[in-house]
Amino acid sequence: MIEVKDIHKSYKMGQNSLKVLKGINLNINEGELVAIMGSSGSGKSTLLNILGMLDEAETGEYILDGVLIKNLNETKAAHYRNKFLGFVFQSFNLINYKTAAENVALPLYYQKTNRKERQEKALAYLQKVGLGEWAGHLPSEMSGGQKQRVAIARALAAAPKVLLADEPTGALDTKTSYEVMDLIQQINDEGKTILIVTHEEDIANMCKRIVRLKDGVIIEDVKVEQVRAAQYVQ
Amino acid sequence: MFNRDRWQEIFQTISKNKLRTFLSGFTVALGIFIFVILFGLGNGLKNTFESFFLNDATNLIWVYRGRTSMPYKGFKSNRQIEFKNDDIADIKYNFGMYMDYISPGINRNQKIKYKNEYNNYSIQAIAPGYQFAEKVYLMEGRFINEDDTQNQEKYTVIGRLVRDDLFGKKSPLGEYVDVGGSMFKVIGVFQDDGGDNEERRIYIPYTTRQLMDKNTDKLDQFVIGFKPEIGYTGAMMFEEKLRQFLKDKHQIHPDDRRGIFIRNVADNLQQNQQFASVLQIIVTFVGLGTLMAGIIGISNIMVFVVKERTKELGIRKALGATPRSVIAMILQESIFITTIAGYIGLFAGILILNSLGVTLEDYFIKNPYIDMQTGIFATVILIIFGAIAGYIPARRAARIKPIVALRDE
Repeated sequence: MIEVKDIHKSYKMGQNSLKVLKGINLNINEGELVAIMGSSGSGKSTLLNILGMLDEAETGEYILDGVLIKNLNETKAAHYRNKFLGFVFQSFNLINYKTAAENVALPLYYQKTNRKERQEKALAYLQKVGLGEWAGHLPSEMSGGQKQRVAIARALAAAPKVLLADEPTGALDTKTSYEVMDLIQQINDEGKTILIVTHEEDIANMCKRIVRLKDGVIIEDVKVEQVRAAQYVQ
Repeated sequence: MFNRDRWQEIFQTISKNKLRTFLSGFTVALGIFIFVILFGLGNGLKNTFESFFLNDATNLIWVYRGRTSMPYKGFKSNRQIEFKNDDIADIKYNFGMYMDYISPGINRNQKIKYKNEYNNYSIQAIAPGYQFAEKVYLMEGRFINEDDTQNQEKYTVIGRLVRDDLFGKKSPLGEYVDVGGSMFKVIGVFQDDGGDNEERRIYIPYTTRQLMDKNTDKLDQFVIGFKPEIGYTGAMMFEEKLRQFLKDKHQIHPDDRRGIFIRNVADNLQQNQQFASVLQIIVTFVGLGTLMAGIIGISNIMVFVVKERTKELGIRKALGATPRSVIAMILQESIFITTIAGYIGLFAGILILNSLGVTLEDYFIKNPYIDMQTGIFATVILIIFGAIAGYIPARRAARIKPIVALRDE
């Protein structure tokens, strides 16, 4: 599903350039649930941004679902993002003046889905994350966990190939974190490929594979026994 | 453009961000409103100006008397100059070749009474030539003629408003009115474009007035209609010669500026035309200035709007919005708001101007108006600049990488 070969990335800081990624090689198959771990500055977010086409690598190859992602203009990148990827952010990034259902329907709008279908799908995905009754509520009326679940529903709405989650539990307490992880595991069980950037060990252990980054290189890449989040959730 | 989904998206953003919508709409509406009002008032000023100086004949020289300010030939200063009938004869004799007509004037305010109706009006005792000087139009009957002045007839020509006041709908011709105790026969009714005040007066022969004033031969003032073909320079020369003649005749020091006053309409006219064109330039500048202020206002708001929405735009981009759709959304929204607000401002301004009507006539603003073309042109200009002002930050926002926009808190 995802093929990354020898990716380099550096940021210019005035005169100096700071190397963030120094040759990353990574293969992720369909249906995997991968945690990307590392301390801050290890380059994990940069890697996720490159995978999410929010940022571009300097050298190296990135193949997503058989498509070589290279030299994209903004319009092309927007199309690919819309078609292939769903994003979940630490700070939810819901549009605050839109209701839960409207937020979920937004990627479908950019897919030019017709209105009726959009509304039906949005409601269906909200029900899937257990927030069917909250469809008409604004983000400001919801708790953090609920907001993150709306964000997950939104990420799923466009039926992407890969779900990218940047610290999805970073702003949540432990209990809510496990609820969100439970949801993510369920989605993964249905076969969706999911990448999670995190620095929390317990969250990482709920994935099927852990990739550890340090100073821009992968230092460890292991399959783990998945801890089911459901056991912590009543 | 006619995509229902996009309009829905725009209506939603507009209605969910009322303050933002209100601010940008208000700026545009206010800009246009002020433009319309100022432009309209400027036009009103111009109208007043034109009606002041263009409803009377322009080939006129008015002669007024005053008190001397210098002793001369044994006379003390501060002597009241008196005009008499022989002044008319002398002016006719000496300057006949320059003149079309001359009329003396003696003005009084007196009570005029018809049956039970009465009021105070200005009574102007004149000669027939006065009709041309004031550009008086007769609605009924005739004006004072030479025979009337010769025979000191108690005839009067009354203004339209005097007729309305005293006679109502009835024709006043042949009726008698009481003017300060004497009965005068109404022989005509006139109208005058110079405004209500000029229609609230009556004319009588000057000789009759003199008879009423204990058969005096004194006069207050003259108006002389010079021949238009002598031109501006001729008129100026005539004025100068007339001044010298009158000063000499009435023993006024040649350098005394007070004993006699002469107002030459030809001279005024030229100054006034210059003044009117200066006025036009000022009005245009004020208009342009207001428009500029409006453009700057809407530009500021658009920059602010885009800045405020950076994060939202980042989210949209992460969800698959193309740069084009981002720009289109911002532009369509801004054009929509500025168009609606612009026309609201335009019509509010026009409404106010129309309702002002005659209320500002005391402040020399008459019939303020703005022609539709100018108003719509200004509105369109503001919309276009509003769009440009929105496009520049929108393009920048659309280019920002979503990751940068999302980091923006």
